[in-house]
Amino acid sequence: MRLRSIGTVLYPLGRLGPRLLLAFMLLAFMLLGFARQTLAQAVVADLSDHLIAVTTGFDGAELLLFGAIEGDAADVIVVVRGPPEEIVVRRKDRIGGIWINNQKLVFGSVPAFYRLASTQPLETIASDRILARHGIGVEHIRMINPTAENGEVSIFREALIRNKARLGLYPTANEKVTLLGNRLFRSDIFFPSNVPTGTYDVTVYLFRDGKVISAQTTPLAVSKIGMGARVFAFAHRHSILYGIAAIAMALFAGWFAGAVAKRS
Amino acid sequence: MQIYLPIAELSVNIFLFLGMGAGVGFLSGLFGVGGGFLMTPLLIFAGIPPAVAVATEANQIVASSVSGALAHWRRGNVDIKMGVVLLIGGFIGSTLGVWVFGLLRGLGQIDLVIRLSYVVFLGIIGALMLVESLRAISRQRKPGGKRRKLHQHNWLHGLPFKMRFRRSKLYISALLPLGIGVVVGILAAIMGVGGGFIMVPAMIYLLGMPTAMVVGTSLFQIIFVTANVTFLQAWQNQTVDIFLALLLLTGGVIGAQFGTRAGAKLPGEQLRSMLALIVLGVCARLAYELLARPDDTFSIGTMLGHG
Repeated sequence: MRLRSIGTVLYPLGRLGPRLLLAFMLLAFMLLGFARQTLAQAVVADLSDHLIAVTTGFDGAELLLFGAIEGDAADVIVVVRGPPEEIVVRRKDRIGGIWINNQKLVFGSVPAFYRLASTQPLETIASDRILARHGIGVEHIRMINPTAENGEVSIFREALIRNKARLGLYPTANEKVTLLGNRLFRSDIFFPSNVPTGTYDVTVYLFRDGKVISAQTTPLAVSKIGMGARVFAFAHRHSILYGIAAIAMALFAGWFAGAVAKRS
Repeated sequence: MQIYLPIAELSVNIFLFLGMGAGVGFLSGLFGVGGGFLMTPLLIFAGIPPAVAVATEANQIVASSVSGALAHWRRGNVDIKMGVVLLIGGFIGSTLGVWVFGLLRGLGQIDLVIRLSYVVFLGIIGALMLVESLRAISRQRKPGGKRRKLHQHNWLHGLPFKMRFRRSKLYISALLPLGIGVVVGILAAIMGVGGGFIMVPAMIYLLGMPTAMVVGTSLFQIIFVTANVTFLQAWQNQTVDIFLALLLLTGGVIGAQFGTRAGAKLPGEQLRSMLALIVLGVCARLAYELLARPDDTFSIGTMLGHG
């Protein structure tokens, strides 16, 4: 729901010294005021639902993202980013005739899920440099790279993205954002049944002349709900009790099956 | 119809897994085996993370061995004393096994160790069973073959801590069943099996137990060892999926009923050679996956999640 001005998008605050920071904040304040006047509400968007409930019968979900843009013709890119997680990428090597996990690299803050939709192919909307700056596009997904030889890291990074795509968690192709009369846009976002749980960010970027002129982020929660959620929570919070329950269930089932078999 | 498995964290088709339970249940009823050594690889083939497959299958075996053990108990075919000694070994082995399991999972080698163990054990057992049953079939055709001695005396009988097992009419070192228990416990934890396929031959050939006692006693031991594995896996690794276990159980119970009936109508030795071929088939499939170049030599996993 937050409106980001050009200033805050282009200049991250963290890298500046205190004195520069003060000057910058003054400038940003002015810019922000300016941006409000001209770009206010340049894009508004919302989701058909802000919660995906992973229930026992869950088999994937489809959400509708819709919104409107203000002003001249522009391009819209929608990026869905899942919660960050730590991912180990392992490479198998042939050792003694069999394939064994050998080398591994750990990537931090990897979005568990990533999905992309745009009105046009990305390369026609903006330059690679701009897209990289905003983390738009599979090859620009932000994550914390491990320390290793440069070539190695990029091979492992590609493998990570390839494996995530195979699981259906990263895109294999760009999805479509449909523009209606240069004002309204809509896009269907599909979440597969193995969608990771957590808090997602759905960001709508508005591009004009190869630059981001507005962006809006909407949160989305994916959580386990109902019986399955209770089982999962129970298994993790009270794992001793869960183990005993599992055994009790099996003992009863075994006894019951035996009793039925004897009677018939 | 889909069901979301909360621990495996994926959505599966109910009927596929009920069917798998029924299929393996049928075979276990038919051949009188536990079926864990078939079910765990099947679950892995079906896309269940190996760690979850192993732990959940241990849970299912608790159920299937209870009904088997009860039936044998009623006929007086359980040597409790022997069972308890095996059990002590089994507790030690399975506790060790679950610990090693967690360790290997952290190292990212658990899949490999599970698969390797299967290839080795299924290969050996399958080959032995096949040879044995083929021999038995040819012996049947040529009547008057030599009978083997019940058991030979060797160095195993010189071990200390001798114990009398009245039910089995044995006077042997307690270290023997204890050792067998430890080995089977480790296998139960790592492979998600009851271990009957190792324990039964070991009890017959190493201990020289009467065949009538062997199955009931091994089932008695398997209940407690797999219960221990279930408990430890649930406690330490959180990999027991109750929903999955229920699906497999339900299918298994139904399948086993049909299997037992079908088994009564088929000749024993042909059955054994058939089982041997199935075992070797599963073994070959797993071996192929280890030896052939994988589609992608890279794999990913979360730091704490399923390896």
